[in-house]
This record gives sequence, C-alpha cells and structure tokens, in this order.
Amino acid sequence: MTNLPKLPKLPKLRGSHPLLPYLFIIPACVVISTIVLYPALKAVYLSLTNFNMINEAGFIGLANYVNVWNDPFFWAALKNTLLYMVVVVPVLVFAPIFLAALVNKQIPGIAFFRAAIYLPVITSLVISGLIWKWVYEEKGILNYFLLATGITDTPVAFLTDPANALLSVMAVTIWSGMGYYMVIYLAGLQAIPRHLYEVAEVEGVSRFKQMLHITIPLLRPSIAVVTVMSSIAAMKVFEEVYVMTQGGPMDSTKTLVYYIYESAFTEFEMGYASAIGVILFLLTLVFSLINLRFLREKS
Amino acid sequence: MKNPEQHRSRIHPQLAGYAARYAAIGVVMIFAVGPFLWLLSTALKSASENIFAYPPRFIPVAPTLDNFVRVFDSQPFFLYLLNSVIVATLSVLLNLLFASLAAYPLARMQFKGRQLIFGILLASMMIPFQLLMIPVYELAIALGLQNSYLGLVLPHACTAFGIFFMRQAFLGIPAAIEEAAILEGVSRVRIWWFVLLPLLKPSLATLAVFSFIAVWGDFLWPLIIIDQPSLFTLPLGVNRLSSTFSLDWRLVAAGAVFSMLPILIFFTFAQRYFIEGAMKGAVKG
Repeated sequence: MTNLPKLPKLPKLRGSHPLLPYLFIIPACVVISTIVLYPALKAVYLSLTNFNMINEAGFIGLANYVNVWNDPFFWAALKNTLLYMVVVVPVLVFAPIFLAALVNKQIPGIAFFRAAIYLPVITSLVISGLIWKWVYEEKGILNYFLLATGITDTPVAFLTDPANALLSVMAVTIWSGMGYYMVIYLAGLQAIPRHLYEVAEVEGVSRFKQMLHITIPLLRPSIAVVTVMSSIAAMKVFEEVYVMTQGGPMDSTKTLVYYIYESAFTEFEMGYASAIGVILFLLTLVFSLINLRFLREKS
Repeated sequence: MKNPEQHRSRIHPQLAGYAARYAAIGVVMIFAVGPFLWLLSTALKSASENIFAYPPRFIPVAPTLDNFVRVFDSQPFFLYLLNSVIVATLSVLLNLLFASLAAYPLARMQFKGRQLIFGILLASMMIPFQLLMIPVYELAIALGLQNSYLGLVLPHACTAFGIFFMRQAFLGIPAAIEEAAILEGVSRVRIWWFVLLPLLKPSLATLAVFSFIAVWGDFLWPLIIIDQPSLFTLPLGVNRLSSTFSLDWRLVAAGAVFSMLPILIFFTFAQRYFIEGAMKGAVKG
C-alpha cells in the first residue's frame, strides 16, 4: 500500500493517562484480530495444507495451488465470475446514473418512487433470488409477458438452459444493486452546480448531451466508487446462485464463491477451498487497485 | 407584460417533460416493484386457485391468509423472526460500541501506533469474508459457538467500516466542545459517553441501520454455522421452505412476504437513515 492516507498530527494528550487511547481502541483491535487478521493468516496457512475438518492439517506445500491450476471446475468458476463482472459491472455503473437523473427532480410522489426503487436493496438476497426464480418459472409471469407481446414464441428456460442461466442470475444481482448505486449517484448529482445546466439550456444543448458533457464528467468520483464497489460485489456473488441454480445447470452458474462454499462445506476440502479463497482475495485486490488507478488517472 | 404565446410554448414542453418522466418512472417501477407484487399475489392465492393460470391473474380470486397459516404450521417462523431480531440487535449494539470506542482516539488523540492501527484496519477491509469463513468457522467450532446466537453474531461484532464511519463522525464535532470539558477536569471516558456520543446520535443511528441490514440479510454465514432449525434466522427459514421435495410456491411466497414485513416496516419509519448509510458508505468505500 503505497498511498495510505497519512493521519494529521494531533496535539499531545493533556491531563490523561498515556495509556488511555489504547483503552478505547483495544476492544475493537482484539475483535478485528480474532475475526479478520488471525483468520486471514490462518486461511493462507490452510491453503498450504490438506485440512478437511476430520484429520489434523498436514502441510503439503503448494499442492493445492497446483491442483487448482489443473482443475477444470476452477477455471469454469473463474470464467463465470469474470463474465459476471464484464456484464454486471458496466450495467451497475451506468444504468443507475440515468435512474438517478430520472428521480432527481422534486415532482409529486418522488419520495415514494425513490423508496420503491430502493426496496430490492433492503431485501435479503435469498428472498430476491426466490422471487425471481418464481418470476422465471417456465409457466411464470415473465414468460407470459414475453409470449403475450410476441417477443418469443416458446417459453424461455431462464434457469434450466445453460445458455441462459448465468444471464438470468446476473439480472437478479443487477436488480438488487440498482437502487443502492442510484442513491450514491443522487448524492453526486445534487453536488453538481445547477447553473451549469442553466447555461447549457440557454445555449440549446440537448438533454442527452448535457448528460454526456456535464453530468458524467462531474460524477467521476461517484463513478469511481461505484465501479470498485460493484466489481467487488460481482466477485462475491453467492446467494443468488445458491437459491436459484445451485451452480447448475452443467456448472454454468458456478461462481468462485459458490465453488469455495461447495469445496469447503459439502466436500470438506477446507485446504483446497482456502487456496481458492486466497486467489479470490488476490483478484479482489488487483481489481480494486486497477480500478482506482485507472479512474484516478482519467480525472 | 409577458407575451401569452411565449408563455404557452414554455408550459407545453414542460408538461410533456413531466409526462415523459412519469412514464419512464412507471416502467422502472414495474421492474423494481412488480416482482414483489407478484409474490404477494401468489401468497394470497387459495389452494383451489391455479397459480400457473394462463393468462395469469394478478388479483387473487378469493384472497386468503391460508398460506401464512400453513407456513406457521409447518415451521416456527415466529421463532426465526425472534432469532433474526436477537442476532441483528446484538450485532448492531456490539458494532456500535466497538466502533465508537475505537474511533474516538483515532480521530482525537495522538498516540504511538496510531498510523499502524489505522493502516491495518484499512487493509482488513480489503479481505473478503469468503476467505475468512473457513478459519472463522473452525474457530467458532473450537469455542463451542456452533448453533448459538454468539456464533451467528461473531463475524458481525466489529467492522472496520464502522470504525471509519464513526471516526469521520468524531471529526465533525468541533474540538472546542471537548476542550472545554477537559479544562473542567472531566475525564475522557466521561466526555466520550456524556458529551460526544449524544452529539453523534444521528451517525450512530445511520451506522445502526446500515449494519442491521447487513446482518438481517446475511445468509452464507448462518448457513454454515447453524444446522439446528431452532436457531434458524429468517433467510435460512425461507430457504428451507423452498428446498423441500415438493416445491410449493404459495408457501414459499407467504414465507418470503412474512420475512420481508419487519424490514419493510422499519424502512418506512427510518428511511432517512437507510439512504444516508448508503451515501456515506459509498464515500468511504
């Protein structure tokens, strides 16, 4: 970490015991060490062992990583996760900008509309997944609309056809995240000076061009945040897959996190699962750094 | 005097703009809320009504609460609700306590190791829970926390995000307030509790709501640490309804609607804090 923010110097404590600050900070440090730092180091260690909950963990060096490299399921899961990011992240970065612009006007009922769009965000992903599984049914409501409007002539097998399943699950992730990013952009939009739009209006610049040349450039800080957040979220997709497809059909929706869960808690190959976990961490790190660097340079 | 012609030509595009905006919002609403309404409709349909009817019926022929009764008969959903409430409340309280304690010296005191602790906390936010869950699971088992409330609370008890969030809040309080109290000879602990925390109530509320949603909706951790149905939280309960051999969508819908009610009510009354949490959460990333 080269660009760690430096904390400002503060005046020396007066009239208090020099150990006082530690009194405040130690409880949190103990808990964070217990549930994050120690487990993180332990996970790296476990990834070098054949731990399976039953036997003592035996050190096996990099064997897990070699096995991961040769594991077609790992590559399938990695491919699915990367596909997930390629599709979901751009949608979640740009669509909510338009959504935010849409509800960024004081018109009657707007508070209700914003709240309603936010509703999927507060719904637990298990329920969202089940709702959509029901919507996606072969004789379900979505197929009815597609057939009634003539968009398709046969019902779409959203979750049972390997060609559709991943996209169908992605749609649920997008649906669940849209309101969250909309709110972030709303905050960003409200910080843009109104007079810029007034000038553009006078100059006769179209709404779309205003969006392209005023809104999006000035929203760049929010866009950076949303890009990082949605990439990390896309990397960790689990619940939707668990309740909708269990990774199927034919592993077409098996994501990295789902594969970690499966390896660790149905196959009990904890060491192996930890190795994939370490890879997941490295990927998260790389993506966050690339995102930040890329977006910082542009601005 | 304004030219009436000119006046009208300005009103019309504005009206058209409103109509277009409402139309677009309407389309968004169908996607955002439609699935919930369809779920509710299914939950209210009686056993004799075909839920796969073509064309589908949006308003149930004879709305009934039978499915909810069946859900409560088949599974202890009120117990799941109670479990969810206990776990979420405990997690939120612990998180608020640890975060507001740790944030105070980070924001206001000079001490050795401050920069180091700050850096470690920041780095810890980068580690995905999916990497940690296996060792945390092992630890929870070793501590005898499997199938217990404390086990469910464990990974939520303290978050680095909470500490940063509260630190930002402490920074927003003028130092003069604290200095006055110090000159009066009030101890730092008392200043923290009696002077600063009351001023930070809005931030505490925002953090509370933010962490509440995270714990309330959590599924992966409860899934691995709990296998006794008497300790199921609502997401586990709904999942259980859906994973029986004969998938009964009326039942699943009723269970899902019931699980959504508490957070929906909460959201209606504390909306401000939900939205603020999302905004500030984003600023800190």
